[in-house]
Amino acid sequence: MAELTIKQRRQIPRHAMPAQEAAERRSNFSEVALGYTEEQAIEEANRCLQCKKPPCVDGCPVEIDIPGFIGALHDGDKEESLRILKSKNSLPAICGRVCPQETQCEIKCVLAKKAEPVAIGRLERFIADWDLERGAATPEVAEPTGKRVAVVGAGPAGITCAADLARLGHSVTIFESLHAPGGVLVYGIPEFRLPKDTVYQEFGCLECMGVEFVPDAVIGKLYTIDELLGEQGFDAVFLGTGAGLPSFMRIPGINYNGVLSANEFLTRVNLMKAYRFPEYDTPVKVKKKVAVIGAGNVAMDSARSALRLGHLQAAGVLPAGPEEASTEPLEVHIVYRRSPVEVPARAEEVHHAEEEGIIFDFLTNPVEIYGDDKWNVCGMRCIRMELGEPDDSGRRRPTPIEGSEFDMEVDMVIMALGTSPNPLVFRNADDLERSRWGTVEVKDEKTGLTTKPRVWAGGDVVTGAATVISAMGAGKAAAGDIHRYLMNGS
Amino acid sequence: MYELLEKEYVTDITIMMVIKAPAVARKTQPGEFVIVRTDETGERIPLTIADFDRDAGTITLVVQEVGKSTMQMGKLGVGDGFANVVGPLGHATEIEDFGTVVCVSGGFAVAPMYPITRGLKEAGNHVISILGARSKDLLFWEDKIESVSDEFIVCTDDGSYGRKALVTEPLKEILEERGKEVKRVWAIGPAIMMKFCALTTKPFGVKTIVSLNTIMVDGTGMCGGCRVQLEDGARFVCVDGPEFDAHQVDWDLMMARQSYYKPEEQLAVERWEHRCQLEALA
Ligand SMILES: Cc1cc2nc3c(=O)[nH]c(=O)nc-3n(C[C@H](O)[C@H](O)[C@H](O)COP(=O)(O)OP(=O)(O)OC[C@H]3O[C@@H](n4cnc5c(N)ncnc54)[C@H](O)[C@@H]3O)c2cc1C
Ligand SMILES: Cc1cc2nc3c(=O)[nH]c(=O)nc-3n(C[C@H](O)[C@H](O)[C@H](O)COP(=O)(O)OP(=O)(O)OC[C@H]3O[C@@H](n4cnc5c(N)ncnc54)[C@H](O)[C@@H]3O)c2cc1C
Ligand code: SF4
Ligand code: SF4
Ligand code: FES
Repeated sequence: MAELTIKQRRQIPRHAMPAQEAAERRSNFSEVALGYTEEQAIEEANRCLQCKKPPCVDGCPVEIDIPGFIGALHDGDKEESLRILKSKNSLPAICGRVCPQETQCEIKCVLAKKAEPVAIGRLERFIADWDLERGAATPEVAEPTGKRVAVVGAGPAGITCAADLARLGHSVTIFESLHAPGGVLVYGIPEFRLPKDTVYQEFGCLECMGVEFVPDAVIGKLYTIDELLGEQGFDAVFLGTGAGLPSFMRIPGINYNGVLSANEFLTRVNLMKAYRFPEYDTPVKVKKKVAVIGAGNVAMDSARSALRLGHLQAAGVLPAGPEEASTEPLEVHIVYRRSPVEVPARAEEVHHAEEEGIIFDFLTNPVEIYGDDKWNVCGMRCIRMELGEPDDSGRRRPTPIEGSEFDMEVDMVIMALGTSPNPLVFRNADDLERSRWGTVEVKDEKTGLTTKPRVWAGGDVVTGAATVISAMGAGKAAAGDIHRYLMNGS
Repeated sequence: MYELLEKEYVTDITIMMVIKAPAVARKTQPGEFVIVRTDETGERIPLTIADFDRDAGTITLVVQEVGKSTMQMGKLGVGDGFANVVGPLGHATEIEDFGTVVCVSGGFAVAPMYPITRGLKEAGNHVISILGARSKDLLFWEDKIESVSDEFIVCTDDGSYGRKALVTEPLKEILEERGKEVKRVWAIGPAIMMKFCALTTKPFGVKTIVSLNTIMVDGTGMCGGCRVQLEDGARFVCVDGPEFDAHQVDWDLMMARQSYYKPEEQLAVERWEHRCQLEALA
């Protein structure tokens, strides 16, 4: 790499991400972060010190050779940069956009100690977008092995596993319960953060590799796992069914009209495209004052989607029912029982949410939801919290402050409290061991082999709700082990 | 694509459709349902599997035109198809030899009740069927139900056919006459009818099963939109049901939840009818 001294490199400021203005993006579902220009990317690449023992690599769940891909980019060899990225990460355009970099690779960057870290994720996205723009090359597929693998669930874990196995010459069928592939990337994460075109482009042409995609197939109902391995003739099964089961608080009023899980709200908006109702048939409501409970990515996505729907209604683009039609600005709150320090969402999303006008109520927890005579939400009783000793998660445990209850005026409450694996797939599969949180027990995290013979699992169904990159990594690891098994028979 | 093989209007607003879905047919049990999406912009709507033929690889749905999606289904012709048919979903009906049972169906629910009635009859029960509709022209499949029942009662709200009564009247009489002899009651139909059947059987302490038709999105337990409040907490109708103990259900809340999207549904219908008028003119 070139000519600059370490000192000079350290003086280059981190490049800000070009983005749509907050005032504008509040009324559309287009992508917020626009991506670096080539010039910006090369200058940002210039900030990397090319550490001999790069700590950033330890922060990445799939150990991408970060200085390697950044160095190649800086030297103008994008092809090589892409090759390095892709050798560990099949979904760089997606991960570059949604990885929580600030707690993974970037937090470990040596620059982070004194100044801002290298924008590793943004560079990753730059290279991946460049690749997608020039159009996909036809993937090379090995000679057919005659082995058949069933992949259950078409999220990042399943798609990665399927693509890797297909490339190795195995015949792969993906069974997905929804009508579209993508898992959370398609039904959960909104268009403005992760365009669906990008997702599908990055998945590439799976059919070209001979992968068969079967939508509308709820495993556990349509076929059991045993049937896949038996009469359906598959040699191995990979479970990548995610953690899609929503949880609701156990408080009075939780089932009133207008209390939704984030899953329902986001599925209506993203998968069913309710933001384009009535062109699309599935409706969604937003009212005047929305409270989103929780402060993870799911909560940020819900709050920012609600805000956009509100603005689209106010602009007359989205039809509003008589009770919603209002000239008052829509108010969206994030209600979180801990403090700003503990917020689990990606920093960039929190920042964007604040810019867009989302209101944060920290150290606040709902205790009751009020309904009117039609069982519609009309308010929420909350209690103030304080932080005590650290709990199992290492975060300080919130405890209610006695007598601090107060009422919030809200007409819609979205529960974004975390999810667990959907048990449907486990019907009639009692020999598949699971933890008391409902996640699948694997014998070895590096392979994803479960207690049930010829069944592997990976992604959120094993870890509980986690990240795209870890799901992708688990799919890749399992593909490697399934291949080994199929070729050696043990 | 799931091909529409047969289509027939069994009343002015009730369509019977036979659809090619071999994998679904292979697994279906009475009481289960499918989620259907007509086309790329369509919504996912739940419909009970009213009949199935494993050998032919078909399922039969009976759909009442109540809104945009179901009206659109009415426009489909034989040879057209549905974008998606997901199922079988939900739990199958608990069918065993209970003794004497009563099956009450209202409106289009004659269809979902049919495989249940047949199953109960085959299991050895003495089956009493009560069919109800607003008027004669909304009745269908009487012969099918009668052929699998030991006793058979038809009533209409307006008296245009059979007895002039609400279904709860003969139901109450049967319970009064036969007391503890009746081991179980099934009631399927509009929420309001199921609610009143529940109120009718409650004093007699007869276990009553209803099949709930809450609003659904995915039908697989991932959204919670279908949840219903029972005495001991909430359940997801799509995975825990759709059948529940009628005496446990919070009916008023359930009915309020069903009508949450009324203004939007209304808008979708108006837009659809406008489109149909334009197409008719063109
Ligand atoms: C709103 C939201 C925002 C998020 N934001 C981020 C982020 O910014 N960064 C990040 O790294 N992570 C984020 N995550 C987490 C991340 O999306 C998940 O960790 C990741 O998608 C898990 O991948 P997976 O393949 O294990 O499962 P999923 O993506 O959940 O996919 C599982 C698939 O399996 C299907 N399935 C389930 N059961 C069955 C069955 N019985 N039969 C057939 N198919 C079945 C499901 O329909 C689904 O398509 C977010 C999650 C949510 C919900
Ligand atoms: C388990 C189950 C089984 C069902 N079986 C049948 C059946 O066999 N035949 C039949 O005609 N109907 C059945 N229904 C009801 C059917 O799903 C609705 O009538 C249909 O969704 C209406 O759609 P629409 O667009 O035509 O009408 P809309 O105008 O959207 O709605 C009209 C009515 O249908 C209800 N509804 C709207 N959307 C949904 C939805 N996504 N899920 C459930 N209800 C909704 C509304 O509460 C409203 O009362 C069943 C419902 C459930 C939950
Ligand atoms: S995959 Fe994620 S964690 Fe790894 S380098 Fe890329 S952005 Fe960082
Ligand atoms: S730690 Fe930072 S400076 Fe060092 S190689 Fe990694 S990205 Fe570059
Ligand atoms: S329909 Fe979504 S959980 Fe039942």
